[in-house]
Amino acid sequence: MSVVGELFLEFALLSFVAFGGATALLPEMHRVVVENHHWLDDTTFTHLYAIAQAAPGPNVLVVTLIGWEVAGLAGALAATLAMCLPMSVVIYLLIDRWEGFAGKRWQKAISLGVAPLAVGLIFSGATLIAQAAEFGWAAWALVAVTMAVNLRTKLHPLWLIAAGAALGLLGLV
Amino acid sequence: MTSPCKKYPRGAACTESQNRPDLRALFLGFSSVGLSGFGGVLPFARRMLVDERKWMTAEEFNTQLGFCQFLPGPNVINLSVIVGKRHRGVAGAIVAPLGLLAGPLVIVLLLALLYDRYGSLPLAQSMLRGIAAVGSGLLFAMAWRMGMAIKDKPLFLPFTGLTVAAIAALRWPMPWVMVVGLALSGGVAYWRLGRK
Repeated sequence: MSVVGELFLEFALLSFVAFGGATALLPEMHRVVVENHHWLDDTTFTHLYAIAQAAPGPNVLVVTLIGWEVAGLAGALAATLAMCLPMSVVIYLLIDRWEGFAGKRWQKAISLGVAPLAVGLIFSGATLIAQAAEFGWAAWALVAVTMAVNLRTKLHPLWLIAAGAALGLLGLV
Repeated sequence: MTSPCKKYPRGAACTESQNRPDLRALFLGFSSVGLSGFGGVLPFARRMLVDERKWMTAEEFNTQLGFCQFLPGPNVINLSVIVGKRHRGVAGAIVAPLGLLAGPLVIVLLLALLYDRYGSLPLAQSMLRGIAAVGSGLLFAMAWRMGMAIKDKPLFLPFTGLTVAAIAALRWPMPWVMVVGLALSGGVAYWRLGRK
């Protein structure tokens, strides 16, 4: 099968378990793209994540960048479609029926049950980026400061991203 | 206003929200959301849908978002499909997510072209490294905030630990981890809900 086809199938499968959105998929995308298929290396993967962070738009666009680096424009479009289309179709077909399930015990149980898993996935994504980029002590310090500032102030994340870019340019991270 | 409501009898949007956008308005409205959202577009989606254009009430927004968060997939895309369908059927459900993605997609691809050309320069590499560190910090903060929002922490946080162990340490395939994890964690939640 062509790389574009494989990419589409891999990401379409992932879209069905993307509880917590595309961000929660970072560890798995890394496993598929870097470890299993060797389509990208660690450094490129973290760079693509950084670019997606600095660009406007939904978080899902990191998938577009991965697709682009793996297989050009066709890869970018295939990866994006694979991530967005399957659940969109499911939602389109089922939304009216689902609204009748609101408040049902099993529906609440899934909502409650998904949350701790999503937290684990996002935490794993954060450690994965740090590992793949081989952070030194200065980068870890920046991670800690970012976390503290983001949790304790209302400063827009874009300022933090700009500060990270500047510190990086100065060779401090 | 009456005919679309007959078409979607259970759609609260029909009776409560004041405006019904056409396809062009859907595309442009969601484009503005996509292009203004840095680091998560949900707050911008809320501002556009509820405050500015009044396509949904705040209550409708919360309910619909609840559905999107309970389902897998990019939440904002799912939300745009729902809003598009509510107002303009199939065409709306296609046009709304396209609007959300088209602008940012072009920007991201231009950045990709720049990266392909200049990404190997040491300056670009160190800049991206700085951004990646901030990005990682933002993810830790997001995980922390979501973790703190969980009720019944002693009961549910162990599942967070197990997920991290399976995904980050053992590198098990995520589809299986999620299926088993959801069965266990959802099962505990189901049991807990029955006891209240």
